[in-house]
Amino acid sequence: MPNSSDSGPIRISLRRRGMNHAVTLAAASAVLLVLLPLGAIFAYLVYRGVGALNWAFLTQIPKPVGEPGGGMANAIAGSVLILLIASAMGVPIGIGAGIYLAEYGRNRMGDVIRFTADVLNGVPSIVVGIVAYGVVVLAQGHFSALAGGFALGMMMIPTITRATEEMLLLVPQAIREAAYGLGIARWRTTLSITLRTATSGVITGVMLAFARVAGETAPLLFTAFGNQYWNWKISQPTAALSLQVFTYAISPFDEWHRQAWAGALILIVLIVISVSALRVAAGRGMLKGIG
Amino acid sequence: MGVGIKVEHLDAWFGKVQALHDISMDIPANHATAIIGPSGCGKSTFVRCLNRMHETIPDARAAGKVRIGDLDIYNGTAAVQVRRRIGMVFQKPNPFPTMSIYDNVAAGLKLNGFHDRKRLAEIVEHSLKLSALWDEVKDSLKKKSGASLSGGQQQRLCIARALAVEPEVLLMDEPCSALDPISTGKIEELIFQLKENFTIVIVTHNMQQASRVAEFTGFFLLGKLIEFDRTEKIFTTPSDKRTEDYITGRFG
Repeated sequence: MPNSSDSGPIRISLRRRGMNHAVTLAAASAVLLVLLPLGAIFAYLVYRGVGALNWAFLTQIPKPVGEPGGGMANAIAGSVLILLIASAMGVPIGIGAGIYLAEYGRNRMGDVIRFTADVLNGVPSIVVGIVAYGVVVLAQGHFSALAGGFALGMMMIPTITRATEEMLLLVPQAIREAAYGLGIARWRTTLSITLRTATSGVITGVMLAFARVAGETAPLLFTAFGNQYWNWKISQPTAALSLQVFTYAISPFDEWHRQAWAGALILIVLIVISVSALRVAAGRGMLKGIG
Repeated sequence: MGVGIKVEHLDAWFGKVQALHDISMDIPANHATAIIGPSGCGKSTFVRCLNRMHETIPDARAAGKVRIGDLDIYNGTAAVQVRRRIGMVFQKPNPFPTMSIYDNVAAGLKLNGFHDRKRLAEIVEHSLKLSALWDEVKDSLKKKSGASLSGGQQQRLCIARALAVEPEVLLMDEPCSALDPISTGKIEELIFQLKENFTIVIVTHNMQQASRVAEFTGFFLLGKLIEFDRTEKIFTTPSDKRTEDYITGRFG
């Protein structure tokens, strides 16, 4: 310990301490500002929606206009079905394209794909719906869950692609070299080492894409179309929560308004549940790489 | 058992820049050979040519003849086959961060399609014992991640990982430059023991280290092999003026 006249407990100047508090406060308020709208939306949904929530709402299909009661069970099931189709299409294609861009895409082809993905990301969702209408609905001759899933899946692709690419690029080159040095082939390294190292980031990308399309209404208007009855066939018109909420919200009936609020609440709860389930599964190592 | 390495007229490029010029040397089996020289002289490039890691860098290529035992590595052998027989340890420890200690060591075998679990467990234990890490990690093999170890332990883990695929040659690219003196000592001791079973080529910036661990030393300068001889000879009576200047600290 150097022995100088002014030694003793280290004194931090008032200005520095003040600045420290000010910056901490600023950062904390920024966090609050981010959380506030989310909290407010959720609280308001609970406030308006919880009144119409009951067992019937979760288990019954809509009653005819004017008859009280009924529920959105078919729409909940329809949403799940459409989102499954969308994920089955969007997740593998998105991750695959992301792998290509990160590991093989440092060329002209890669630039084209990157640009295409970014443009696709910016295409209005209603336009995506029109494309799905042209590609699937017209070909089949009628509306279907498949067409809805196709539209939503298409919207998931660019988000997942870019997120996967960025997460893979964050994996240090040294990790790939370690694998090459063991005589592990390049494709195997990509799947079992690089992708596995980036798993949690890739999952975040998948969740963002999923959560984004889960609430989409416009692309479903003339693809899934909606349905007042149960439907489990992917080739038939299908109800979806977002569609049902839309239809009920613009109706003139108070009963339907209340149900629309409840439907919106259920939609958010569903998204939160599936996103958390994916997180937990990933945390437990259920989704680690391939092989 | 280790095998000798015969290098004939090896050239290497990064794009249009030639990094190695006409290197020829005979690296003897079951000995440690040190590669020394100032930064940027091509030491790392040279060892990376020995297991065809050089070509994983975009635009990089190599030409010439390298024989490792009976394997002509640039002629008729797939790169992955070459790398299974020639292990590599890198400058910075690079364990697979999401894998346990056990999986790190087993990775080379598992991902090459080896699935005999009992045999795998034996190989993992054997490799960790060879790299003198077993006693420190045997209680947490599958619980702890490879990244949770200290730097020196991580480097020994990487050595175990390289040994697990049972190579004949071990290339070490400045394996101690990111480690503290105690860990460095442990790795050097390890090199001494490993020589019995493997041929070792070690790139080092540290001339004391070269003289401690290696029987043979090659001195590189500006992409050329200036001198290659027994280590005592290089450090006491080098035949080239440039070698003498380097080891007496006149440059580099």
